[in-house]
Amino acid sequence: MPEKQRGRYAALAIAAVVIVVGIPLWWKTTETYRAWLPFSEISELDSLQLQLSVDIEVVFSRGTLTPEQQKKFPLISIPELLTSPSTEADLSLHMLSESSCGSVVVYVIPESSTLLPEDVKVYVGQRRTALLRSPPFKTSWNLKEVLSNLDVEVEQVVSTMSFGHQDIVAALSNRVRMTKVTKESMADSMRAIKSSPGYEITFSLLNPDPKSHSLHWDIEGAVQSYIQPLLNKLAPIANFSVDSQILYYAVLGVNPRFDNSVSAYTLSADSLSHVINPVEARLGSNAASSNPVLNFLLYVPDAHHSPLFIRDHSKRKVPSNAFHSPRWGGIMVYNVNEMYGPEAERPVDININMAKVMGVFLAQLRLMLGVQHTHPPTGFVLQSPGSAGLADWELDRLLWSRSVENIATASTTITSLAQLLDQIGNIVINDNIAQQVSSAVTSLQSAVAELEAGNLAFALQYSREAILASERAFFDPSLLHLLYFPDDQKFAIYIPLFLPMCVPIVLSLLKIVSEAKKRRADKQAKSD
Amino acid sequence: MLILSSLLLFILTTHSEALTPAAARDEFQEELVIRPLHSGDIYASFQFRTLWDTDFLQEGQKVSHYRLFPKSLGQVLSKFSVRELHISFTQGFWRTMQWGQPFIPSPPGAELWVWFHDTVSDVDGNWKELTNVLSGIFCASLNFIDLTNTVQPSASFKPLGLGNATDHRFLRYATLPREIVCTENLTPWKKLLPCGSKAGLAVLMKSEKLFHSSFHSQAVHIRPICQDEQCSSKAWELRQTLNVVFDLHTSGQGKKEWSLFKMFSRTLTEACPLASSSKVYVDITDNPELFELSPATPLLGQAVVLGDRRTYSVYDLSRAETFGQLRSFNLLLRDMLRPLLHAERYVAGFGLQTGEIHTVIYNNHPYRAFPVLLMDSVPWYLQLYIHTLTVTSKSRDNKPSYIHYQPAKDRHRPHLLEMLIQLPPHSMTEVTVQFERALLKWTEYTPDPNHGFYVGSSVVSALVPSMVAMRTNFTQDQPLFSSFVPVKEESSYFVRVYTEPLLVNLPTPDFSMPYNVICLTCTVVAVGYGSFYNLLTRTFQVDEPSPPLSKRLANLIRRMRGVPLLT
Repeated sequence: MPEKQRGRYAALAIAAVVIVVGIPLWWKTTETYRAWLPFSEISELDSLQLQLSVDIEVVFSRGTLTPEQQKKFPLISIPELLTSPSTEADLSLHMLSESSCGSVVVYVIPESSTLLPEDVKVYVGQRRTALLRSPPFKTSWNLKEVLSNLDVEVEQVVSTMSFGHQDIVAALSNRVRMTKVTKESMADSMRAIKSSPGYEITFSLLNPDPKSHSLHWDIEGAVQSYIQPLLNKLAPIANFSVDSQILYYAVLGVNPRFDNSVSAYTLSADSLSHVINPVEARLGSNAASSNPVLNFLLYVPDAHHSPLFIRDHSKRKVPSNAFHSPRWGGIMVYNVNEMYGPEAERPVDININMAKVMGVFLAQLRLMLGVQHTHPPTGFVLQSPGSAGLADWELDRLLWSRSVENIATASTTITSLAQLLDQIGNIVINDNIAQQVSSAVTSLQSAVAELEAGNLAFALQYSREAILASERAFFDPSLLHLLYFPDDQKFAIYIPLFLPMCVPIVLSLLKIVSEAKKRRADKQAKSD
Repeated sequence: MLILSSLLLFILTTHSEALTPAAARDEFQEELVIRPLHSGDIYASFQFRTLWDTDFLQEGQKVSHYRLFPKSLGQVLSKFSVRELHISFTQGFWRTMQWGQPFIPSPPGAELWVWFHDTVSDVDGNWKELTNVLSGIFCASLNFIDLTNTVQPSASFKPLGLGNATDHRFLRYATLPREIVCTENLTPWKKLLPCGSKAGLAVLMKSEKLFHSSFHSQAVHIRPICQDEQCSSKAWELRQTLNVVFDLHTSGQGKKEWSLFKMFSRTLTEACPLASSSKVYVDITDNPELFELSPATPLLGQAVVLGDRRTYSVYDLSRAETFGQLRSFNLLLRDMLRPLLHAERYVAGFGLQTGEIHTVIYNNHPYRAFPVLLMDSVPWYLQLYIHTLTVTSKSRDNKPSYIHYQPAKDRHRPHLLEMLIQLPPHSMTEVTVQFERALLKWTEYTPDPNHGFYVGSSVVSALVPSMVAMRTNFTQDQPLFSSFVPVKEESSYFVRVYTEPLLVNLPTPDFSMPYNVICLTCTVVAVGYGSFYNLLTRTFQVDEPSPPLSKRLANLIRRMRGVPLLT
């Protein structure tokens, strides 16, 4: 029957047009734009292998090796060590070889040297050098054996001056779930403020009683002489900006209790946690940037509540009269009641002793920035950091843990972003986001490679770039536009068109199929 | 002896320098003016001024150590290179005809105008970021300011501070007439004061009283000014003003009595200890004999403000004897003069297609004509027909001597119309322009579109001739409320009048319509498609017509009877 045949062809042709032209057209016009992302490279980041390497230079001084051994060495450098106190030796050694950021130079001195006191095995200087009293070598040893004999000591030196296992674990503890973390390194990492490209440091003088006290503080000079040297030293880690303000009628949130035994007001350690919140409302957020803020408050108690002392958990007076709150900042109480007599004319002009205040704030700042306490093994002597407040190797320690932390943060940000984008198909991925993501990935890869090669400065640089790019991609507002466009509304819009169009096509296709089946069955019956 | 004394002097000076090391001088003043209005309302105007001898815009030197000046505003100034910033939040409309001129005028809603420093390259970017930051500082929806409601007036908004910038590329002006001002805006505003609301005049600012009033306006004005008369160095001035009009007439059973406690439900107990001057002024010009103020003050002050010499009772809060029994002021009032300049505005026309904006400006001066600048910023969805612009005074055509018109671009920028109009004495000048209402995209409507769309106030700025000669020398003793706008001419004073904001209805669609349209079109398409499909795919066959029902029934009966069937 040609008529029936023609109808069948027409139905097939319409179905074909709908499938070949209609569906792709609909797909193309309603598609959300999703730029290409390097998913495979991102999934590699998920199981990132970090390998950190440190350049160690071991220098043998005159008298540590026998002449035969010296001949076997490919390169021999013999520094003319002064027989002066070790600090000067440290400086002269630093002049001798300019060591790059992240590297360590170990000078091996003869066992009989008078450079170090008797019981001192290792001396760590202000810069990137250490002096190591050599253990006895057998004259028959070759280079390999001599070095392997030194292995344990050198390893100890490196874990003091660069990083140990604990430090890396602590740096990663925020991002990676760890099983074995000591309480102390955990506390250190909790206290230190999160790694960020910049910090705002705000000093606030709280004067709750301007009627009795007229306070003057030379914050500008104090910042110049106490804080700025440390910040200059830390410049490779982040940008710091410092400002200060004076807040009047700002009070602590807790009423201090009067203690008859010492005839003073006291704040117990338990109540300190309630002090910050009411004050924070007055501090004001930084209007000009979104970097994390470190607050340092100097609180001068009002005349009726002075003197005020802070007590620790064992009810003893805290000698510095200050406390700090992890990742937030520090508060110091500064009593002025002894500076004037009861008959003094109000308001009393009071100049604040900035050296005393800044000593406390500087110590707190070091804690916040994550300059960790090092616990050297026995026999180690550490040179005090000097005027800058930070030795070169302390900075290196910080750089090591910061780069590892940055890499961990950036890779979790990128992987979770990729996971999110993968799961929710509605999100539009613009080209700039794709670009940020790929630049973050390449920076991450370079950072990991530089860490492996021991170039600490570059590694930190790349890890900072990675963090910036990944955060910019993650917090881009364009990701939110279609995020909450529900599927049921989409179906509600499509159904009035698709249902009446598809039902006849599907029905006639079914009919054609069933007819074809029937015909085949007929044919089979006929042939049988 | 001479050498000795000079040496002594030298020692003294070095010593004092050591005490205050290079800290820039800063100063804080506070002031409250109370002025009974002839409608029976009480106008209370607070002004707080912080002066700081420093320069935020100096090259290479960052200002980062703050004392009296609020840190958040200082950071904003230096980050965005702002030269002058004026922001006001107002609830209610200032009725010029009944109340006279305010000390610092402001339009209903929020107003922000900023002069940027001429080193700024991306003014629009800075402006956008600045509005976002300010909306955070003041808890206001200033983030809704964008290019569609921002204009750059060419003549109306000159810098009020130091420097005579003329390049209006660095000026941005925007209003949000819909902004609702409430407690959450007042709290951050109070926080900017050095004493907060703990001491001084700010103690009176209890929000439930301030917002239970006929008019409430709070503002922040920042500008650079001269440090001294020689103007050798710059100082920055932050003025925080708060103006309230209390409707004590109706709540006080028609008695014209008032007291601080009645208005603010607080009394003053002390001046802010940080303030160098702290004063309360009570306007007693209109009632020389018939008043009774308690406590009485021996201090009387005179100030020329808004072209009128007025007499004030002055209370100095920094002196202890003021707080003897300061509890209540009682006083009687007489009628006031009509304001010399006054403006109002309304929409005329019917239907939802076209309309006409009428702006009426009154000059009540009996014999002097003076020019005014009229600035109008109209959103793009009211498409102005600028050829229909007419200006008539005394039923005669009044040709503006200066017209600056910047047409709107749809969804990009609003209309800006500025005109310099000469107002004849004792006259009414009417400015009309017709407009057509645009159809918005359905996502551009506000959540309650039938409420209507606000059009910001138009601004009338003028130098109004004064009846009283003015002092021109710059003195520190002048009350703050008389010294905000710098005036050089003796015989006139500067006035800015804001008209009412307009509320315009736009054609509003039924918002379920898009879905209805989708359904309807889909149904039409589906029906057409269905019949077409049927026509194409159905096969037609000749079929034996079945016998009619009567025949079948007949056959049935025949079969039962056993008779031969019908064919």
